[in-house]
Amino acid sequence: MLRRATGLLARPILSCRARPFSTDLPAPQTTDSSFVEAWKKVIPNMEPPKTPLSFMQPRPPTPSSIPSKLTVSFVLPYASELSNKEVDMVIIPSTTGQMGVLPGHVSTIAELKPGLLSVHEGNEVTKYFVSSGFAFIHANSFADIIAVEAVPLDQIDASLVQKGLAEFTQKLSSASTDLEKAEAQIGVDVHSALNAALTG
Amino acid sequence: MAMAALRREGRRFAAPLISPQPIRSSLIAEEQAPLGVRSISTQVVRNRMKSVKNIQKITKAMKMVAASKLRAIQTRAENSRGLWQPFTALLGDAPSVDVKKNVIVTISSDKGLCGGINSTSVKISKAMHKLTAGPEKETKYVILGEKAKAQLIRDSKKDIELSITELQKNPLNYTQVSVLADDILKNVEYDALRIIFNKFHSVVSFLPTMSTVLSPEVVEREAESGGKLGDLDSYEIEGGETKGEILQNLAEFQFSCVLFNAVLENACSEQGARMSAMDSSSRNAGEMLDRLTLTYNRTRQASITTELIEIISGASALEG
Repeated sequence: MLRRATGLLARPILSCRARPFSTDLPAPQTTDSSFVEAWKKVIPNMEPPKTPLSFMQPRPPTPSSIPSKLTVSFVLPYASELSNKEVDMVIIPSTTGQMGVLPGHVSTIAELKPGLLSVHEGNEVTKYFVSSGFAFIHANSFADIIAVEAVPLDQIDASLVQKGLAEFTQKLSSASTDLEKAEAQIGVDVHSALNAALTG
Repeated sequence: MAMAALRREGRRFAAPLISPQPIRSSLIAEEQAPLGVRSISTQVVRNRMKSVKNIQKITKAMKMVAASKLRAIQTRAENSRGLWQPFTALLGDAPSVDVKKNVIVTISSDKGLCGGINSTSVKISKAMHKLTAGPEKETKYVILGEKAKAQLIRDSKKDIELSITELQKNPLNYTQVSVLADDILKNVEYDALRIIFNKFHSVVSFLPTMSTVLSPEVVEREAESGGKLGDLDSYEIEGGETKGEILQNLAEFQFSCVLFNAVLENACSEQGARMSAMDSSSRNAGEMLDRLTLTYNRTRQASITTELIEIISGASALEG
């Protein structure tokens, strides 16, 4: 009984004042109206579940003139490296090669291969080695880069890279099954990209 | 003091006596008493008090444990929140998409005593099943967690495609979840995947949420027909041979990212719900203990008063 009482009290409090212990900022609550209607028709007694749209900060529409800065969000599964940071340029390692992205770039979906990602802001350049992932560039000069793993370059040990490269090249030559060959090939690719990133 | 000692001695030797005195509350039971000594037992009340106090200690400890686990996992869940936003920014969100094969991925906990979050998830899953049902359409379940499995297996046993338990045996990480996502994608045919979980809003509030991941064919179809995904065609594709291949990789990546965030949020919600459930449980136990203490004291005082009355009336009978 007490639990339900706290539940009943929480809802009006939620909408009135700021919640000191809450983690999500109150984002504009946009919901998919057709979903809500369809839900209400079939299940009138329950509240429909929330959808990701209601938790997103809305993005600005495509401006008519090219903006001066690129807003980039670089996310990893366990951290958001950069979120909505305004930079001049990013160079991303897409599967077709290193791609430079400036404000006003055409909207693109790019698949990433293991390689160097560099973020250029004024005179400073931050370099990361990314394992793989995707990059979305939107028409409104917003770029989203999602990587599975990324490390700043200065944290990579060159000697370990060389050792890993030698080990995987040897595994590739001695691999028998297709699976082993594929795994060894991936290891060789990643290590040679690491090598290139460290030296280049 | 002496009377109490006598009473205790008597208990060991005498047979039970039925007291002519009225029994005031159901908690008072007759104990074995020596001939001539009538008293009301406080043993039963004392036993109950001991057990309620133990329960209070246990639930308080569980609350502390849940609070510390929540602290640990909350930072990780918040950090992973940026993961699904780029996908929603690109592909939008279409929960009302009309497809033939729906797969509902329900995320729940393995352990109980966490309030109503698992029941909420299961209710929403069943409601989605009803919503997406129709001619030539099929809806299947993939269940993560013991609790949802126990509830759904009762009436939807044939619709359960896959069930996975003991997810939190090792601390949650992206590699484990991506292997799991790969497993699900390989074994289940789907047009749309709907992931149902409890999003952690604050320690006392958990919002049931549903994320939708569409298969690449459906994405193409929606992009062609316009609507929310209409401007997907305007995006250039870099890398890969065909657009279809990229969309396939994109869908798989999206599913693993969204599932990772969902699993973390649900784990946070589970710990938060357990904290509040254990907190209200220890509060209830405390109240019960207060009431029992009052009853105990009343019983004790009543028995002392009875003894005094007997002694005094006995003494006055001797004199008079």
